[in-house]
Amino acid sequence: MSARPLHFSDNARRDIAFAVLTAVLFLAVTLAFPGFAAPRNLAGLLDDTAILIMLALGQMLVIMGRGIDLSIAANLALCGMLAALFSRAWPDAGVLPVLVLTLGAGGLLGACNGLLVWKLRLPPIVVTLGTMSIYRGAIYLLSKGAWVNENEMSREFLAFPRHEFLGLTVLSWLSIVVAAAFIVALQRLKVARDLYAAGGNPEAASYSGIDPGRMQFLAYTICGAIAGVCGYFWVAKFAVAYTDIALGFELSVIAACLIGGVAIAGGAGTAAGVVLGCLFIGIIRSSLPLVGISAFWQMFINGLVILVAVLLSARQRQFKRTILEARA
Amino acid sequence: MEHSLLTLTDIRKSFGGVRALERASLELPRGAVTALIGENGAGKSTLVKILSGIHQPDGGEILFDGDAVRIPNPQAARALGIGVVHQECLAFDNLSVAENLFINSQPMQAGLVHWRDLRSRATAVLRDLDADFDADLPAGRLSIAQKHVMQIARALTHESRVLIFDEPTASLSQRECAELFRIVRKLRDAGCALLFISHKFDEVFELADRFAVFRDGVSVRAGRLSDVTSDELISLMVGRPVSQLFPKLEVQPGAELLRVEKLGRAGEFEDVSFALRAGEIVGLYGLVGAGRTELAQVLFGINAASSGVFTLAADAAGIALVPEDRQGQGAVLPFSVAANIALPNLTALAPRGWCSPSRESELASQWIDRLGIKAHGPGQTVHQLSGGNQQKVVIAKWLARKPGVLILDEPTKGIDVGAKAAVHAVTSEFARAGGAVLMISSDLPEILGMSDRVLVMRRGRLRGQFMRAQATSEVLLRAASDA
Repeated sequence: MSARPLHFSDNARRDIAFAVLTAVLFLAVTLAFPGFAAPRNLAGLLDDTAILIMLALGQMLVIMGRGIDLSIAANLALCGMLAALFSRAWPDAGVLPVLVLTLGAGGLLGACNGLLVWKLRLPPIVVTLGTMSIYRGAIYLLSKGAWVNENEMSREFLAFPRHEFLGLTVLSWLSIVVAAAFIVALQRLKVARDLYAAGGNPEAASYSGIDPGRMQFLAYTICGAIAGVCGYFWVAKFAVAYTDIALGFELSVIAACLIGGVAIAGGAGTAAGVVLGCLFIGIIRSSLPLVGISAFWQMFINGLVILVAVLLSARQRQFKRTILEARA
Repeated sequence: MEHSLLTLTDIRKSFGGVRALERASLELPRGAVTALIGENGAGKSTLVKILSGIHQPDGGEILFDGDAVRIPNPQAARALGIGVVHQECLAFDNLSVAENLFINSQPMQAGLVHWRDLRSRATAVLRDLDADFDADLPAGRLSIAQKHVMQIARALTHESRVLIFDEPTASLSQRECAELFRIVRKLRDAGCALLFISHKFDEVFELADRFAVFRDGVSVRAGRLSDVTSDELISLMVGRPVSQLFPKLEVQPGAELLRVEKLGRAGEFEDVSFALRAGEIVGLYGLVGAGRTELAQVLFGINAASSGVFTLAADAAGIALVPEDRQGQGAVLPFSVAANIALPNLTALAPRGWCSPSRESELASQWIDRLGIKAHGPGQTVHQLSGGNQQKVVIAKWLARKPGVLILDEPTKGIDVGAKAAVHAVTSEFARAGGAVLMISSDLPEILGMSDRVLVMRRGRLRGQFMRAQATSEVLLRAASDA
């Protein structure tokens, strides 16, 4: 039998099962509300989920390397505020400097997390819990607690992510491009393989010449850069910047990763799974109002899905272990 | 016919279609050590798990002291008086030794733990065993050997009359083994029935009175050890005669590949000098803790030396290390065979950073054939393989780099005879093709059988160097121990 040497063939099977589940959910909602499948509505759904998709892909890198980034939403908010202040100060500068600024600033904030985890060997959850507060606090210092409103931002700044192209917004297209890049890169890039190895068994990885700490640093930096640029998109989409934007959103991002099959212990996960996890959350979020259920149920359902997903993968592992023991 | 304390008859057990035990029978008489022998996969572990109440047999009969019994859970095994000393020491490192001995069975008084009673009973058991550590010590401070003694003590606090030792010596030094054997003999003389599982025949012959051989879940033969030779045992285990256990190929050593001069690392080893030549297999013998693994880690670049130098010949293509802890340091268990073998070779397999699944698969298939790795294919995950096959994968991942110098750290620890022979064969072949091998091993027959030259380390220093013709077990043991 000549299987492709996928180092996560189990996950591929899991992704397919989860895709079927998501499709069933989609069909069920569509049957009840035929308007749900209207192209207009779907485009809106993707636009609403695009930021979550990009953030979750960044977060998955960190989780796969045995870390976690709790500061991802605070990073987003800080970079969003930077972008808004920049637009207020230089309304004619265009979008490109804003993108460069937010990518750079976010990457820097992520690199701070990464350095603390790598060089000082501090536990990731503690480091990012700390930087989460620091980044939030920095927004307050930067803005002195004031809001930056729609009328203070340039028209181009607000319009760029909303431009439509072939029926989808630029923001939606970006999330598609990022997702596609992640799917290919995680399967085929050497550095991605190094990350999987570092998360799967850090010691064996270092015996193979890979520095697991450096991999974590890299993951945090990429995750931070994504969070930074998403800060701009968030502010432009909602047309306002203040200290508390995206408050608590890091938990939705982590939830999307877990629902999408990323192992919280590191070393396993697929980009396709994470995208599906985000779409799953997106479908539930946009269909609940249709069904007439309070949005508070969304948290309940997300939580339930996480528990079921974890339960299923634990069962799968247990089953395999039984077979292994039989051989031992 | 003597009346056995524990008798198993025709035990059967399957796991979802995989048959682990079929017609497995075993007798454990009082006051005797019975050795259970078999390759990995012969069903030994399953049998131990049935006896300790973790698995339930699908069929067959268990007689304890003449009565048919069931062992539905570990508590029941303990109540019957069956204790197990596992290969990995399961200990609660933060609790004291005394507390470890009475986990889940603390003596109580008026609903509270009776600490004074617990402590005095623990001290009494440790004294019986002549243990060299105190009941108040945190278990985390014990050595591996001491933890074994603690496990035995734990079984004794439950008044066990049947004690099962599941490869207890795998990580013990020679002297620690001797200490363990002394305790085992003491228990035997006190009338316990003992089951001893080991891959090491010298130990089996030294310690056991009786033997039972399992092959593919079936008990092949049992009897008195005085009636068989080790060659007979091996052919019973493998099911075919093993003509040559150590396929050592004769070679003329060539040019020098590695020169080590006065190498040292503070607190680990010092003043180590030797050279490796092409075509040579050099054994590195010593007790656990002599500094052998630490030396290997410096040569491989995991740690830096604090004094001295080592130089690799200009035409030698690098150093590879097959580490001692194959699951921790060797393989990435959730990865496939192909991804594991590719891991240190990605620079060659993935020029410009792009991986090629087909090239990886091809490379893995080559090595699966060459080393006889038993896997469904390159895509199977390594954690599904047996220990011996995992080891072959780790060896393959480094040989695929075509290194000039290969360091093997306990390459055959805990793997079965068949896999062991394969590892030895590939090592010999590597040397004959012009590589130099430094083989760290605590297995004397392996050192004697495979090495052209043997280095002996003791307490961080090189204490002797012996050519193949001079090296005997007595000479090496004397150099390695403090005598």
